[in-house]
Amino acid sequence: MRHLLAPLIALLLVCTAALAQPARAQEFERLVNALPEGNYADRGETVAAIAATGDERAVTVLTALLDGDLEQMNADGRIVILSKQGRDTIATDALTGEEIGEVGRRDTERIRVNNGLRRDIRAAIGVLSLTNPDPGRRLAAAEAGFRAPDAEQIPALEQALSTEEDGGVRLAMEQALAAAILQSDRPTEQKLGAIEVLADRGDRDAQSILSRYAADPELGEAAQAAIDEIARIQRLWGFGQDVWYGLSLGSVLLLAAIGLAITFGVMGVINMAHGELVMLGAYTTFVVQEVIRTHLPGLFDWSLLIAAPLAFLVAGAVGVAIERGIVRFLYGRPLETLLATWGVSLILQQAVRTIFGPNNREVGNPDFMSGAFQVGAMTVTWNRMWIIVFALVVFAALMALLNRTPMGLQMRAVTQNRAMAANMGIRTARVDAMTFGLGAGVAGLAGVALSQIDNVSPNLGQSYIVDSFMVVVFGGAGNLWGALAGAFSLGVVNKFLEPYTGAVLGKIIVLVAIILFIQKRPRGLFALRGRSVEG
Amino acid sequence: MSVQLYLNDVHRSFDGFKAINGLSLAIDKGELRAVIGPNGAGKTTMMDIITGKTRPDTGEVFWNGTVDLTKVDEAGSARLGIGRKFQKPTVIESLTVEENIAISLKDDRSVFGTLLNRQSAEQAARVSELLELVRLSADRRRSAADLSHGQKQWLEIGMLLAQEPELLLVDEPAAGMTDDETMRTAELLRSLAGSHTVVVVEHDMEFVRALDCKVTVLHQGAVLAEGSLDHVSANPQVVEVYLGR
Amino acid sequence: MLRRLIDFRMGIFLAVLFVFVVLVPAGNLAVEGRIVPSYIVALLGKYLCYALLAVALDLCWGFCGILSLGHGAFFALGGYAMGMHLMREIGPRGVYGNPVLPDFMVFLNWQELPWFWLGFDQFWFACLMVLAVPGALAFVFGWFAFRSRVTGVYLSIITQAMTYALMLAFFRNEMGFGGNNGLTDFKDVLGFDLSADSTRAGLFVLSAVALAGGLLLGKWITTSKLGKVLVAVRDAESRTRFIGYRVEGYKLFVFVVSAMMAGVAGALYAPQVGIINPGEFSPANSIEIVIWVALGGRGTLVGAAIGAIIVAAAKTLLTGWLPEAWLYVLGALFIIVTIFLPQGVLGAIEGGMGRARRRTPPKEAEA
Repeated sequence: MRHLLAPLIALLLVCTAALAQPARAQEFERLVNALPEGNYADRGETVAAIAATGDERAVTVLTALLDGDLEQMNADGRIVILSKQGRDTIATDALTGEEIGEVGRRDTERIRVNNGLRRDIRAAIGVLSLTNPDPGRRLAAAEAGFRAPDAEQIPALEQALSTEEDGGVRLAMEQALAAAILQSDRPTEQKLGAIEVLADRGDRDAQSILSRYAADPELGEAAQAAIDEIARIQRLWGFGQDVWYGLSLGSVLLLAAIGLAITFGVMGVINMAHGELVMLGAYTTFVVQEVIRTHLPGLFDWSLLIAAPLAFLVAGAVGVAIERGIVRFLYGRPLETLLATWGVSLILQQAVRTIFGPNNREVGNPDFMSGAFQVGAMTVTWNRMWIIVFALVVFAALMALLNRTPMGLQMRAVTQNRAMAANMGIRTARVDAMTFGLGAGVAGLAGVALSQIDNVSPNLGQSYIVDSFMVVVFGGAGNLWGALAGAFSLGVVNKFLEPYTGAVLGKIIVLVAIILFIQKRPRGLFALRGRSVEG
Repeated sequence: MSVQLYLNDVHRSFDGFKAINGLSLAIDKGELRAVIGPNGAGKTTMMDIITGKTRPDTGEVFWNGTVDLTKVDEAGSARLGIGRKFQKPTVIESLTVEENIAISLKDDRSVFGTLLNRQSAEQAARVSELLELVRLSADRRRSAADLSHGQKQWLEIGMLLAQEPELLLVDEPAAGMTDDETMRTAELLRSLAGSHTVVVVEHDMEFVRALDCKVTVLHQGAVLAEGSLDHVSANPQVVEVYLGR
Repeated sequence: MLRRLIDFRMGIFLAVLFVFVVLVPAGNLAVEGRIVPSYIVALLGKYLCYALLAVALDLCWGFCGILSLGHGAFFALGGYAMGMHLMREIGPRGVYGNPVLPDFMVFLNWQELPWFWLGFDQFWFACLMVLAVPGALAFVFGWFAFRSRVTGVYLSIITQAMTYALMLAFFRNEMGFGGNNGLTDFKDVLGFDLSADSTRAGLFVLSAVALAGGLLLGKWITTSKLGKVLVAVRDAESRTRFIGYRVEGYKLFVFVVSAMMAGVAGALYAPQVGIINPGEFSPANSIEIVIWVALGGRGTLVGAAIGAIIVAAAKTLLTGWLPEAWLYVLGALFIIVTIFLPQGVLGAIEGGMGRARRRTPPKEAEA
């Protein structure tokens, strides 16, 4: 990575520095050109002088020197930074950042460093980085200092702290200082204070530093107490991480189940092909990405946003076709509906297998779905994060649709009293088709999200069908809030069981628990109660 | 005369709706009683509570003064001798008419008792007798699904009688019957009273008049008035409940 | 008694079955040139096991309205019970030559036989377990489910969850049932070599006898007064309670009998197919059983057996010729049968011949 970045940064620095501080820049250039001269001790002084110029190029040059990449051209005495590009060695001018081109092994002479000099260079880089105008660089330097604490860094850190104004950077510097103090021969009180600073940091790095002093006669007690405190904090974070994983699983379950909650809950229709509608959504995403890849590569980051409405339409259209073609002949016969839609699921599965082949299809993550960020000691991946957001948005949109729109009103009317609704002039057949299509369309949306975290294969739907039925049964049919509560509580419980039982056994336990739960509350957590239900 | 069925201060609500709200009722052995009331007065819930389908939130329900009916399920209440006829006739449609009567006959109700059961001569005679009573002898081998609505009502009454219950709870028996059938039903229920206790829930005032018995008026889950039909008809509150809205 | 059990279609079916029982082994063993190849014998034997499984499901779905989507679990448990005996009978002839431990346990470094494998070296004990294990599972499951009045699709879904949970469990190596691979490499049963034609013929005959026995038992139950009560539960559960029957007891009875019958089918299946693995627990398998029954005609027993044989034979033929097409056909079958043949093939044929009594199609148990 660095061999790409270094020239770029150097170039940038040259442009700005050349304009702002010509005198300093000249001094810096003179010092760099003087680096090959003299013995190691002279070179140490030159390094310190380079650091003192504060020139933006200094870190790049010193880093190259430290890594043994800084060499002098035999031909013209220019100082260059060497970097490997494949098999070739490329030289870049250390001062101008200009790429000179390929050089052979005999074209340049390395500027040698020894261990003592390396320490000096590191300290110099530390000071330079700690006073770098970019707070991000200062923070990185402080973190690096923390991870490899060195008593010699103490003056640099103290100096940097005296001028630092950014709160986050200050904290990192204080922690690095504390770690360094523990290594130094400073008085015990100062070290005890340092332990407190590390305890406040509370992560595994702090824990591992502290563990080196747990056996220390003077510091042992305080270090051990701090370690215990950190362990407690870590447990809390671990708890938070489990909750997060649980919510993440819950959001997946919610997406898979919410369409089912509509068809099963609102219409009383068991749609065994629901999982395959999810699969269709995932394949729609795949197709959209393929088209974008070949025709409009620039739109790749937008592929999911483009795929979502299409997946909704594709799955929704298939849903309406299922309702019009099959389900409407079977109203009032839930068990037959179950069987017929199972037949549909087999056909859809095989159709996808015929068209796309039986293997997993690659669906890429757009940039905003990749990577992760830290919350304390928790790692939060962006794709899981966005899926939770997506699930909640879909849920909110459905609630609004059902409760706030004329279409939702008609759906609820038909659910509650079909005959009366028909008498009021509602076209019940059309409402049935729309409701079923809506449930199917939401399944398609779920497919878009699942394509980001699961294998897109013809079996995708099968792996969710039992789980999503469990969510609906647990939450209580006919109630979207039930699906929400059911999905998230099942997700969290599952993730909390996993560390103790393993994933498979945890899942079995949850299934058994639901089977037992249904005995107690046959109509789920949020069941509608009353005489009318019992029929 | 001893009390067959005794309800005291019974309450039951569904999601905040008070279906039964302080209902107290005593019905004597052998009595014929009509229960009337507007829709939502709690008639069906009352029967659900008596037959163990619904548990009351609070209150006492006693059978023969000794058995606590709040602790009994549907099958238990049937075995005690409470027979219930639904508003919508429910017969076992896939079975024949005589099979419907045969499985209702008072007999061993245990699983293995039923598995090894063989119909005795007396039981066969009893089936024929009941079929004669409900005028379905000619249709005995037909599937119950093929009967007319009125015939299903009669078949259900036959099934009820086959259980030899002490108490019959009859929900709107006249619904869907011709005038002639209605009068015959009233006649049958009157003839059953004395040897059986009969509680009839009914809307049809003509039918209630034909029953010629004590009437209880339910309103909002409690008893509003009780007495002869003429007596309750004269009650201004009853008139208001029925006509006022 | 005999007249009660053997009506017209039962008589025809048993007669045809008898003809097969005589001709198939004879064609395989006695006639020179082997008119009936050995693999056909094993295949037909497998179909008969499926037929028995379908009869078992018909008993509880067709007559009592309990649509179990987990009957494959009872079948598989029966198969595993028999498979465990067959594993023990391999003895020291396994790859690792351990006289007590089956190969997969040696492979997993197990030191001794888990307690639940004890006793399976005895054939009679295995036979007992073939009935007891599925029966016990059905009893416990049914006792909970029926007592709390879980009916209709809810019941179907939790039976599906049951078999799914068992599948996950049996896939685990730690369970001690061979994990992924299941139980296989059987050598012989009661001293008869399982690869010998005579043994295969014997198992075929045994399967036919079991199927006939299952049909007659089913007929006996459904023509008894209890059978009428089951139909009453199916058509009008609430009414049946008010007549004074404790519905849960009746459901439990038929569910347990059905599960045991499925267990027997599985026990005959394992030695004929030579393997029993967790795939048998998969929910898809259990739903396939339902289509056998629906195709044949539910509530007919004989129809269920015929349906199973038709679908299984179609699957064998189609997966051989056009593997791609099989799922399309199966899927279409589910749709066509539920919409156009609610009484199944048998109902349609008899209805067409005008001989069947006019009946409305059985209604759902759920109100």
